[in-house]
This record gives sequence, structure tokens and C-alpha cells, in this order.
Amino acid sequence: MNSRASPQTEPKRILAIASGGGHWVQLLRLRPAFEGHRVTYVTVNEGYRTDVAGERFHLINDATRWDKFGLLKMGLRLAWIMARTRPHVVISTGAAPGYFAIRLGRILGARTVWIDSIANVERLSMTGTLVREHADLWLTQWAHLAEEGGPRYAGSVL
Amino acid sequence: MIFVTVGAQMPFDRMVRAVDEWAGERRRGDVFAQIGPTEWRPGHVKWTQFLQPPEFAQRVAEAKVIVAHAGMGSIITAMTTGKPILVMPRRGELKETRNDHQLATAQRFLELGKVAVAFDENELKDRLDRLDEVAAAGRVGPWASESLLSTVRGFISGEKTP
Repeated sequence: MNSRASPQTEPKRILAIASGGGHWVQLLRLRPAFEGHRVTYVTVNEGYRTDVAGERFHLINDATRWDKFGLLKMGLRLAWIMARTRPHVVISTGAAPGYFAIRLGRILGARTVWIDSIANVERLSMTGTLVREHADLWLTQWAHLAEEGGPRYAGSVL
Repeated sequence: MIFVTVGAQMPFDRMVRAVDEWAGERRRGDVFAQIGPTEWRPGHVKWTQFLQPPEFAQRVAEAKVIVAHAGMGSIITAMTTGKPILVMPRRGELKETRNDHQLATAQRFLELGKVAVAFDENELKDRLDRLDEVAAAGRVGPWASESLLSTVRGFISGEKTP
């Protein structure tokens, strides 16, 4: 028997992934939700390692959808990381790396979360739209973008 | 100090050049810029391409005001540190970013009273002359809203979502 009050659930392996700048800043703001679980962070800038000092951290190359070679390289590296991490849950605040991680996560049997960047005020991002059928929890950060059969709104990173 | 950042991912020559020209015209020596992959090399402001997070945080802490592209990293940084921020949105048709989402971001956060906005480089120079008028918005904490955290927490632990 575990006598501690929390966590109430079994610790899960979480893969938390974002590209640079605002995507990464938004991912970091979710950290209290990961408490009690085993988190692996994946991002595109070695400098960000200090933001999650003491946690598992992997670097991938950044690429946009116009850079096919870069995307292939990213996908392969990510597949390698994920095959070893075996996450139960994949969570991303965007952009392209998160899309790939969610697609790969589904193949590996993970449950997946997409939180579209708060920067996308007028419409969901292109990546956020593409990821739709692959995200078990599909969120926008703007109430006016939530709709039946569309992304849900459950608050924002602010 | 005025701390200028255009992020680290894409060039933003139009903004860096305007700030540099302004600093030259006004003989301002108190401007520091993180210019990312911007090709324009400033002659009047001190600059670097990329600051590591600890140095970035220090530059922000020392700054009286932040002047930035309308990226969420910059806006959230200003909000968590309680610094006034003036943003200039990148434009999709100028290939400064993929689309005009920074324009929408800037407009929305302007309406919310969180940022001041210069929509082009002329307005930027004008606003730089009146930088004292840019007020800090209320400071926000380090974490996401409790509703978002509890939704994510619940999902991770395996609760069914509607």
C-alpha cells in the first residue's frame, strides 16, 4: 500500500514536446500538470535545457513543412527518442515537432494532447488543423474558436 | 535599457533596421537587441543573434521596456516579469512569418491591454519617441490557468474527456 495522498494515479511516462520561442514558453507553463509523472522534454534548442534542469531532455532539429529533408531528419530522430521513451501520453503546444510526435505517439499506443498556441487568435494553426484526428484531447486557447466537433476550450496558458 | 528581441527563429530586418535607425537619429546608447537570423547588421544598437535563457532573463530584468516582434514568447515574458512591451507584428506577405497571425495576436493583446503595438516601421519610430507612455500590464504568474492545468492533469491520469 502506498500511504501517500498523491499521486492518486500510477505515474505515467509523458513526452512533452514543442518547437522554440513561444511554443516552448507555453509548454513550460503546463509543468504543474505533469507533477508526479515521469516527463521527457523534447525541443529544438540546446539552450532550453536549463529551463528544465534535472529533467529528461532531448534535442531535435527544427524544421518547417517546406523543408522535406529537415522534416525527415526530425521524424527519424523523434522516432528513435520515442521508441526508447515509450510514452503513455504525448503532449504538445506546437508546432511541426509536436505534429510528428502525436502521429508517432498514436502508432506507439500513446494518448495524445494538442494545445494550439495562444498566438492563433483568429483560427487554429495549420498544424493544429492537420493534427485533429490524431489528438485525443484537442484544445484551442480561445473560447471563440471552440466548437462542436471542433477543438475544445479549457482555459489558456495565461 | 531598452531590450529589443525579434525571437531566434526568423529574420525581421524591417524591425531591427527601424530600431537601429531610430537609435542613430536619437543618439541612444541604451538599446540592446537579440536579432536572431536577421541579416541587417545594426550600427547603432548593441546586438547579438541569440541569448541563452539565463542571459535573456537577465537582459529582460535590466530592461525598462521591451520592444519585440509580436511573438508569444516575448509577450508572455513581458507579462510574467511585469515589463511594459511594445510589439511590431511580422507580416505574412513580406515573408516575415508564415501568415498574418502576429497581426491578429497583436490586435487581440492590444484590446486586452497587455501590449502597445506599432503596426509598421514608421509607427515604431514614432512610438519609440514616446516609449514612456507604454505602461506595464498586470503581472501574471508562472503557470497556465487552473482550468487548463486540471484538464491536462485529468487527461494524463486517464479520466475520460467529453
